[in-house]
Amino acid sequence: MITVTSARKQYGAFAALDDVSLDIPSGSLTALLGPSGSGKSTLLRSIAGLEELDSGTVTIEGRDVTDEPPQRRGIGFVFQHYAAFKHMTVRDNVAFGLTIRKRPKAETAKKVDELLEIVGLDGFQHRYPAQLSGGQRQRMALARALAVDPQVLLLDEPFGALDAKVRTDLRQWLRRLHDEVHVTTVLVTHDQEEALDVADRIAVLNQGRIEQVGDPVTLYERPANDFVMSFLGSVAHLGGQLVRPHDIALERDRATALALDAKVPDSPGVIDAVVERVVPLGFEVRVDLRADSGERFAAQITRRDAAELQLREGETIHARAVGRSSVVDHDPALAI
Amino acid sequence: MRVSRGTRLSLRVVALGYLFVLLGVPIGVILWRTFEPGLSEFIASISTPAAKSALNLSLLIVAITVPVNVVFGVATALALVRGRFRGRGLLQAVVDLPFAVSPIVVGVSLIMLWGVNGWFGALDRAGFQVIFGIPGMVLATIFVTLPFVVREVEPVLHEIGQEQEQAASTLGANGWQTFWRITLPAIRWGLTYGVVLTVARALGEFGAVIMVSSGFPGVSQTLTLLVHSRYIDDHNTYGAYAAATLLMGIALVVLLLMTLLDRKRSDR
Repeated sequence: MITVTSARKQYGAFAALDDVSLDIPSGSLTALLGPSGSGKSTLLRSIAGLEELDSGTVTIEGRDVTDEPPQRRGIGFVFQHYAAFKHMTVRDNVAFGLTIRKRPKAETAKKVDELLEIVGLDGFQHRYPAQLSGGQRQRMALARALAVDPQVLLLDEPFGALDAKVRTDLRQWLRRLHDEVHVTTVLVTHDQEEALDVADRIAVLNQGRIEQVGDPVTLYERPANDFVMSFLGSVAHLGGQLVRPHDIALERDRATALALDAKVPDSPGVIDAVVERVVPLGFEVRVDLRADSGERFAAQITRRDAAELQLREGETIHARAVGRSSVVDHDPALAI
Repeated sequence: MRVSRGTRLSLRVVALGYLFVLLGVPIGVILWRTFEPGLSEFIASISTPAAKSALNLSLLIVAITVPVNVVFGVATALALVRGRFRGRGLLQAVVDLPFAVSPIVVGVSLIMLWGVNGWFGALDRAGFQVIFGIPGMVLATIFVTLPFVVREVEPVLHEIGQEQEQAASTLGANGWQTFWRITLPAIRWGLTYGVVLTVARALGEFGAVIMVSSGFPGVSQTLTLLVHSRYIDDHNTYGAYAAATLLMGIALVVLLLMTLLDRKRSDR
């Protein structure tokens, strides 16, 4: 388990970390998710010891490492831009941590070969980083970090510099690797899709604070506030509330809409809106709408509902929110 | 850009002609004059006691200057690139001072500092001769060659950034191990280039060194000073040519080494 307690980090007048406390359970794959400048990278680098906290503590597996340098924290770190040792071969890169620890040569060679096989770089032992693609370099960096058997693996936007296809492949691969190796892993990302895809827990950061921590389903379905809701998945503004587009139902008959809406507590009410566009998205249909107030929003409905409604552009329809229509009141029990 | 054949040819002729007149002819004349009387004459002239001592002194000065500049040059470059301290801008400017100041001024200031009547004159009076001794010549040479290593290493340090070093530290390397295994190999070529420039300048320095040397043949003359004294004081024109040829020979070896290393660098 990694425990961060009351971490603060100030860069001049800018608070990168503003009293952050976080528990990361052993064996989990946790994503630190947030926009740029939210403090997610600073938090990760503080856990690694690459950044010194102004105040607060970091413990890794029960050991207070706040004042320890990176080399004594038992971590593996992967950088966005790989940080490959350019003057060393792939083999020497991966062996670096073991060479520093003066492990026997045969043991090191065996371990390096094993790891290169795991990351799919078998046969690349004698290449230099410049001869590898971005994805291969990042896999080499992962093998290098794993070689020293770290207690925790820290990844700073590891797929950020790769193109879309490689990024998706590599994150699936990371997920499988984590299922095999089970090392406590913390991943920093600004991509909500990536966080939902690989992580089993997500901590959402904003302006140096943690907004919410939980599993992906909880965060998506029961966001603690508007920020978390709009950062994870798309949202529509309906009568002053944030609603998921697929939580909006459309009715032709206003009376029916009002009757159904009465059953939903704290709903934003029934909104009359003009259909601007109907966009088929395969299984679902997106309906772009403009409310009387002039506010535009989109509803996402099933193909069948769309067929029944027979929507035409320019006509008026009645929108209402179904199910939970806004963020839940922040429940501290959900946060940890 | 497309250049017509005629223009291209005349550009080449101008460039080559310029080099020939300014570099080729003077060097050619010296070589011709040196080897005109035959090889044995040349060897005799560069193996007089004065010439041998001058060669030794020049090499000794290089041998002291280079390690000092490497250690302090790399440390200064690291401080300039990585350091966040007050007065960094000042240090940045001070490093370039030897490029701006005339070598003769360096010589004068050294005499004012270390001479018998200078600030540190007590040392001289106590029997440790700096000015008009080898220490003074070494100090003068270090002064004028100081920027080379710093200015060659600095941009390389900028370019490699700090991520590799940070990666090494997360993998268990301490500061010293990181420096030897990551930083030094990364700045190797910049450092080599800086050393080559330092050697060339240390061999050829005249103005600063002549001010602080007693100039006795066979005692305190560098090869460069020997060329000068043979020509001006002894009217030994041939001896000056021969010593100049030897100096050029060493410089040529250094230059050749530099080109080879440069080629190796661009291979990577």
